[in-house]
Amino acid sequence: MPVAVAIAMLVVGSVAFHLFSPWWRTPIASNWGSIDSALDVTLWICGAAFVGLNLFLAWALVKYRHRPGHRAHYEPENPSLERRLTFWTAIGIAGMLAPGLAAWGKYVSVPKEATVIEAVGQQWQWSFRYPGPDGVLGAAGVKYITPDNGLGLDPLDPFGRDDILVESGDLHLPVGKPVKIVLRSKDVLHDFYVPEFRAKMDLVPGIVTYFWLTPTKTGTFDILCAELCGTGHHAMRGKVVVETPQAFAQWQAQQSSFGQILAEAPPAAMSILLIKANACIVPASWSIR
Amino acid sequence: MATTLADDLRPLHHPHSWVTKYVWSQDHKVIAIQYSCTAIGIGLVALVLSALMRLQLGFPGAFPAIQPDNYLQFVSMHGMIMVVYLLTALLLGGFGNYLIPLMIGARDMVFPFVNMLSFWFYLLSVIVLVAGFFVPGGPTGAGWTLYPPQAISEGTPGHQWGIVTMLVSLAIFVAAFTMGGLNYVTTVLQARTRGMTLMRMPLSVWGIFTASVMGLLAFPALFVAAIMMLFDHLAGTSFFMPTMQSMGAITPTQGGSPLLFQHLFWFFGHPEVYIVALPAFGIVSDLISVHARRNIFGYRMMVWAIVIIGALSFLVWAHHMYVSGMNPYFGFFFATSTLIIAIPTAIKVYNWLLTLWRGDIHLRVPMLFAIAFIFTFIHGGLSGLFLGNVSVDVPLSDTFFVVAHFHMVMGVSPVLVIFGAIYHWYPKIFGRMWNETLGKLHFWITFLGVYAIFLPMHYLGILGVPRRYYALGETAFIPQSVHLANAWISIAALVVFCAQGLFFFNMIWSLFRGPRADPNPWGAASLEWLTPDTPPAHGNWGPHLPVVYRWAYDYSVPGAARDFIPQTEPQVEQRA
Repeated sequence: MPVAVAIAMLVVGSVAFHLFSPWWRTPIASNWGSIDSALDVTLWICGAAFVGLNLFLAWALVKYRHRPGHRAHYEPENPSLERRLTFWTAIGIAGMLAPGLAAWGKYVSVPKEATVIEAVGQQWQWSFRYPGPDGVLGAAGVKYITPDNGLGLDPLDPFGRDDILVESGDLHLPVGKPVKIVLRSKDVLHDFYVPEFRAKMDLVPGIVTYFWLTPTKTGTFDILCAELCGTGHHAMRGKVVVETPQAFAQWQAQQSSFGQILAEAPPAAMSILLIKANACIVPASWSIR
Repeated sequence: MATTLADDLRPLHHPHSWVTKYVWSQDHKVIAIQYSCTAIGIGLVALVLSALMRLQLGFPGAFPAIQPDNYLQFVSMHGMIMVVYLLTALLLGGFGNYLIPLMIGARDMVFPFVNMLSFWFYLLSVIVLVAGFFVPGGPTGAGWTLYPPQAISEGTPGHQWGIVTMLVSLAIFVAAFTMGGLNYVTTVLQARTRGMTLMRMPLSVWGIFTASVMGLLAFPALFVAAIMMLFDHLAGTSFFMPTMQSMGAITPTQGGSPLLFQHLFWFFGHPEVYIVALPAFGIVSDLISVHARRNIFGYRMMVWAIVIIGALSFLVWAHHMYVSGMNPYFGFFFATSTLIIAIPTAIKVYNWLLTLWRGDIHLRVPMLFAIAFIFTFIHGGLSGLFLGNVSVDVPLSDTFFVVAHFHMVMGVSPVLVIFGAIYHWYPKIFGRMWNETLGKLHFWITFLGVYAIFLPMHYLGILGVPRRYYALGETAFIPQSVHLANAWISIAALVVFCAQGLFFFNMIWSLFRGPRADPNPWGAASLEWLTPDTPPAHGNWGPHLPVVYRWAYDYSVPGAARDFIPQTEPQVEQRA
């Protein structure tokens, strides 16, 4: 008996906890409302199953508790009941899966007009790169990294020359414009995670990963690392500033491009940079400066 | 149905001394106890680690001895020990060993010597694992998933030697499991007694059997992943290591794929969830049926559900990798396969409930744990649908929602079954009865306590609180109330931690002072309760093997004198 009461109280308590707990999703700041709705649909279907099944459990425990003279009913199986339960379960599952897959369909289709922005992770900080006026990110890789070329851009790739670099600073995004965030790691796995955007994706050394979003709300949000990356994992923080396109353009104009950094680098640093890029054996048809 | 073991007792390797009886024993029951005690012993280490983790999370800064490196080491060792060295070893090496021969009417496993070796390899793997605590740099802190490159790179605690002991230990464990698993599978297929058809076996045996087959197919993936990572770490290969930066220098490694490891790991790791769950499903079915005095509802459906879950579990592994950077189009397939697996799982839940329905429910301690399992498993199973549903997983992955989900579904739920099973079979194993009051107290604190721990964690996860964080620090979206919740969760965890003392006291005290147990105290119909001796002697069955005439679930049969009919009782028609 007490266990039946406990089960019923836990069901009521869980529902009350759901209704009154102060912890729920952060206010959304991106286009991924479809993820939130898929979560809501899943929650409603699963919540109904949770309440229904457990109340049935509590009821059965009371109703069929042992009493003197009481005997259980012998019924090895009931195929029609089992078939009906299977059918309705499948309907419930399909009801959850449909919005889930629909949202995923959007998640994997990056709009053509999305601006490409790169986020680079390393133990334990974030850096960012914008493609500059040509709209194309130059080639980059770990092998090009030098003290003056922290993000490892290929100095021989002309597309990289106008790339705008933000090393260990804030990521700025214009509100209302879709962005494809391409992700690159210099060392181990990381994960670019902004709770308010809902979206996240791992950074994997050796490959480039991506996801996309449209920021819908201006403001400053925390960037966390959501894939264990060592001792400083919990301290790998960044900030993303979502602002109006005008403010974004203003901010971007103040950042330095890779070309400017190259121009200001001392000759010794340039030599290291070029050696890393194998400039002596790779034919370069364009001038470096 | 043919039996390869005759009634003849001579082929058994009879012990001649204390050492061959209790140490180098080939008796499946002794090996089962050896396995169980080792598993529970190392499980206690993992329990202490979890308490240390909760101290840090609940009261950050209050324990300066716990540094970020220590915290990650606690997380990693806790996870790996609980999943592999406690749950897998206890459910298969412990319960599998004890129950299979007794439930199918065999004298022992078909390969008793290999069975003994399996335990000693397992013990060796545990010793190597524990050695990790004493090597320079300490045990690995790469998370139980051991993802490269960080597992073997600078910046991760234990990347020098801790990871080596971990990988070597896992490789030894796989060898131990393979010896045990082959034994369980072969014994079930070859050594069933006369009349024990596959469809008359108790569901415990079905669960353990299917899990063993799955283990034999899944553990090799872990084995090769461990060996490949050892090569990467010690021999300079690049299976999983791309060109990367480490300590400001470019590594000499080139072209390896961290995602390859994740695929190998989860190809093992997901079936592993069911390797733990299926024996628990089977055992809990038997507990519910016996204590509700009612046949398990839809037995054939239950068997097929176990087999289908086992098969499907090999097709869902990448749902652990939706945001890993693998080709995102895989998400469609893996979300669908993952949600399909919910159907046979739901059928099992329905049938447990329908077994209680119209039953004659005796709320003894093992039954209380079985009922608590139904509750926690419904909760944990449903939260899995959120994470399996690909796009819903995106905001939730690597948050406390995941921690809450897997603890409910494969931490708390199987552990509740294990407690129930220990209380249930203890009188047979040791011939003594435990104390009921202590058992009930242990049940109530554990059941309510774990729910108090894990329910709020789901909500912290939905808020976005990330897992594997040493400290949350100042984060704009995390309100002060989260820190308060963490403190309360830690207090609940410490209460549950202490309550386990009741269990251990009860078990050990009853071993010496408990009243003599009835050979069949619950009135169960399955074979293990029908042994001539309690505890069963070596060889289990005396001069003649039992002969089985019916399934294991003839409870409350109309017209029968008692409310159960043992499997060895001939059918009425045959008698006439």
